[in-house]
Amino acid sequence: MINFRRSSAVLLGLLATTALAGPVPAQADEETAPEPPRVELVLDVSGSMRAADIDGRSRISVAQQAFNEVVDALPEETQLGIRVLGATYRGQDKKVGCKDTQQIVPVGPVDRSAAKAAVATLRPTGFTPVGLALRSAAQDLGTGATTRRIVLITDGEDTCAPPDPCEVARELAAQGTSLVVDTLGLAPDEKVRRQLLCIANATGGTYTAAQSAEELTDRIKQLVERAGDTHTRAPTVVGGTSACDSAPLLAPGVYADREAFSEHRYYRVPIRPGQELRASVSMALDRAVNRDYGVLLRATAADGRELVRGADAGSGRADVLSAGLRWSATADDEDAAEAEESPAPIVEPTTVCLVVSNSFAPRPGTAATPGMPVELTIDVVPAAPAPDGPDLGRGWMLLLLLTVAGLITGLLAGLLTRWWVATWREN
Amino acid sequence: MRTALFRSMAALLAAGGAALLPAAALAAPTPSPGATPVNRAGTSFLSATPITAGQPVRVDASLGDHLYWSFPATAGQVHEISATVTFPKGRSGASTWTVDVFDGLRRRQACTAGAQTPTVDAKASNVVLGCTLREVRPWAEPWSADPLPGTYVIRLSVIDLPEPDLGAPIDVDLLVGTIADRGASADDGELAAPLVPNTKAGTVLNAVPPVDAEADDEGDSLADWLPDLGSRWVWTGIGGALAAVAGVFGFAMTRRPRRR
Repeated sequence: MINFRRSSAVLLGLLATTALAGPVPAQADEETAPEPPRVELVLDVSGSMRAADIDGRSRISVAQQAFNEVVDALPEETQLGIRVLGATYRGQDKKVGCKDTQQIVPVGPVDRSAAKAAVATLRPTGFTPVGLALRSAAQDLGTGATTRRIVLITDGEDTCAPPDPCEVARELAAQGTSLVVDTLGLAPDEKVRRQLLCIANATGGTYTAAQSAEELTDRIKQLVERAGDTHTRAPTVVGGTSACDSAPLLAPGVYADREAFSEHRYYRVPIRPGQELRASVSMALDRAVNRDYGVLLRATAADGRELVRGADAGSGRADVLSAGLRWSATADDEDAAEAEESPAPIVEPTTVCLVVSNSFAPRPGTAATPGMPVELTIDVVPAAPAPDGPDLGRGWMLLLLLTVAGLITGLLAGLLTRWWVATWREN
Repeated sequence: MRTALFRSMAALLAAGGAALLPAAALAAPTPSPGATPVNRAGTSFLSATPITAGQPVRVDASLGDHLYWSFPATAGQVHEISATVTFPKGRSGASTWTVDVFDGLRRRQACTAGAQTPTVDAKASNVVLGCTLREVRPWAEPWSADPLPGTYVIRLSVIDLPEPDLGAPIDVDLLVGTIADRGASADDGELAAPLVPNTKAGTVLNAVPPVDAEADDEGDSLADWLPDLGSRWVWTGIGGALAAVAGVFGFAMTRRPRRR
């Protein structure tokens, strides 16, 4: 009854090749091999990690065991670094204690035994400068075209704000290099949970409350694996403008931008006759917003006339809200297509403006800057003309109808012939 | 009624001991034999994990994660998605789940059937979600929102829950099944390229690129002129032949047998 057809690899290959068949961007794609995935584990070694409340073991020993297993199972190409916070300063001076963060394993190809040895010597000690540690970790990971991932493991809330770690995370995510912070809470209380959720939301990461050594190990392994799977899919940062004339001209691909509440951002895409524009936009809910929200993507001509729009609205908990549209030159642009066949084939591409707007509203106390993350996907493909199928039919009903009609016609013709022959004979 | 169903299902599971068989077995799609199980999930549109119909997914996640997968679809297919989220630990309150499906342009797709946004109470040990999509059309006007061939993205998330429950471990089972495949005729139009999202990093251009000499799309071979099987030309041609045969048969029926 259920008819399964496994989609073949051939189809996937076809999809992949056709997807790449857009116009060639002005600059050739870099042929260099992609960067290896870069991950940094940031571990809280503050005094509270001494608490022995995970399966009867202390939090730090559970974390150490998890790190050892993660280092053992690390994929070959992944570059892993480890940074600790609150690991050395034993005093009570907050000013000094809040600068206590060190990178104990530099980001790079991992020397497993050295990394394990460095982790084994850690003893719970000082304060919890999460904000500073995040900032330093982002520096450790460097800048580049691929996504960097920070895995933050902590059991207590930041004791050193300002800077507020969540603000720091949002600021880091807006800096240009794609950065994701995944957070893990060890036996977290309400304040820790709020803080870690806020950090994860601000960077598009995930939050996990680990209650056992096994959960912690599995989750870190999964995150490191995910970093390896997905780090190359990072968008290009672009800055949309507030008017069409000065908007950046985009080739097919994925772009990232930031848009403030109620802002309109413009981008331009050149489209030749016979081409179809495909655009989609996602806005991430990286902070607390009012319950109902929407996003609108409009394609307009250079004179502001709307060509097509895509919109979506939502409410409640979500990670992104997205909309998309297709548009191809038709009707009034056909003149241009005909002009192409004239002796001077100079065809000016139509420049389509894309306008991204939103109806998000901040809750009281929600920061308005930097803007919310926008991800814009542009593709230009050959247009698909309307089918001019023949005025014919298909299907079994058609065959039945034609057969019955033929039969009736034959019968009538036969009867008529009989009657006509009979009357002709009589005369 | 739905919650009652889940409650009874949960009670059944509890009574049956810890025989935590994936309840996905109850739903219509079944994994295709020999398909490699997937144990990964993406966390954004860009990082969605590609799967195919019939390929079972089983992944550990945290309560509150937004999980993404993508699968390819061709014209004439109807897909059904079924997902089961199992909770190894208790929760403090009711939670509402949703499975959203988007096309290659990230446009939200409608479900024609299935429990798309079920709510379960705190005691439930699992929640079953389902979504049957519309039939994929071979062609649609650029302005329409019809489902078209290309990549579809599934997003599984919890949309309402008490905040303290976030971060707890969950197990997710998901399966995409093709429940119908009617195929499509070239007469009904065809997209030049399926709706497959371009995931390359983009390039900001400095100027409008010059129009390069169009590669003439040659290749009007004989095969392009011949109607394909299932096209209207073939159906109508066969119909005409059948009508002719039936006509001759009908004519012959009116002759007197004794005249022979």
